[in-house]
Amino acid sequence: MEQQNRKFKMIDVLYLLMMILPIVFLIGLKILTSPATTGISISGARIYFKLPMPIQDLVITEAQINSWFVMISIVGLCLYLTHGLKTQNILRRQHLAEWIVEKVEKLVNDNMGEYFSDFGPFIASIIGISAFSSLMTLCGLFPPTSDINVVAGWAILVFLLITYYKLKGGVLNYLKGFTEPIFVMAPLNVLGEIATPVSMAFRHYGNVISGTVISVLVVAALQGLSAMVLGWLPGFLGEIPFLQVGVPAILSVYFDVFSGCMQAYIFAMLTMLNIAGAFPQEEYEKRRQKKLLKAKI
Amino acid sequence: MEIAVGIILGCCALGAGICMGIGAIGPGIGEGNAVSKACEAIGRQPESKGDVTSTMIMGCAIAETTGIYSLVIAILLIFVAPSTFVGLLKSLL
Repeated sequence: MEQQNRKFKMIDVLYLLMMILPIVFLIGLKILTSPATTGISISGARIYFKLPMPIQDLVITEAQINSWFVMISIVGLCLYLTHGLKTQNILRRQHLAEWIVEKVEKLVNDNMGEYFSDFGPFIASIIGISAFSSLMTLCGLFPPTSDINVVAGWAILVFLLITYYKLKGGVLNYLKGFTEPIFVMAPLNVLGEIATPVSMAFRHYGNVISGTVISVLVVAALQGLSAMVLGWLPGFLGEIPFLQVGVPAILSVYFDVFSGCMQAYIFAMLTMLNIAGAFPQEEYEKRRQKKLLKAKI
Repeated sequence: MEIAVGIILGCCALGAGICMGIGAIGPGIGEGNAVSKACEAIGRQPESKGDVTSTMIMGCAIAETTGIYSLVIAILLIFVAPSTFVGLLKSLL
């Protein structure tokens, strides 16, 4: 019994390390590789190295590395939460895990209907990775969601899912959908189809990057203001930007915490609504009944 | 050459400002409408506050989209466009 308890705790510590070590590693990497500058600048993701490829060099940027380490961290969190599941005398973390699963299942059932009831894990992982990526700014790291390539990747995945579920009603019906209400509208309908992933990607990316840009501008403005107001203080006291203390934190609560979580929820919500809206329920039922009849004959 | 570069930089900054200023009008009006109607709905039925609030925030975020587009364009105009256009000018001359 004693030994089992110790083993359980050892595995717990291992999972916790799996959660925390990637973030610590990323902070270390950022400190080691970022050039020493005093000025405030707005820049995109830093390029770490390039892999030579036949057509074009594969560029490995900060955004990619950060998003992969966030994924490792989330896997560690999930393993920690689901470690030691029991039916009686359940641990506190099992309450949390069950609460998350119940909430996501309810969300999916309310918004997508009966046919998509197994979409829970996908939606939960979208919310998780998006929220945790945006919250990385709290550790002073580059958030992967403020690089459009990362968000565009998710949006393309959603677009493929939408097309897949549209094709469930038959290829002919899918093609016919483009010529509604009249066939002249076909180019506009194709544009509308492409606009869905583009708007999803731009919405998420724009919201996160606007927070970054505004925060940087406010910090720069506060530096100038404190140099102007408190510049008369003697010696080195005049050089310390006192006004920068505290004020950017209030902005960070809105732009990083609230907006980050909000955008994760909205991205997941739009994913659900788009996929559920693309699925032609009646056509699918008709086709299935036809197939069943054929099989009987 | 210097005058041309100056014109490019100035027009990029001007364009970004105009883009953001006009682009923010639409979402502002739209979100204001949404919030005012949500306030009316909560005033009429205070018990449905949670549902109305969550729907309103969702709608606001979607109404924001066009504003976000103009923001993306403005950011492109400030950070990407000047170097692109100056490079184009140099290659032409």
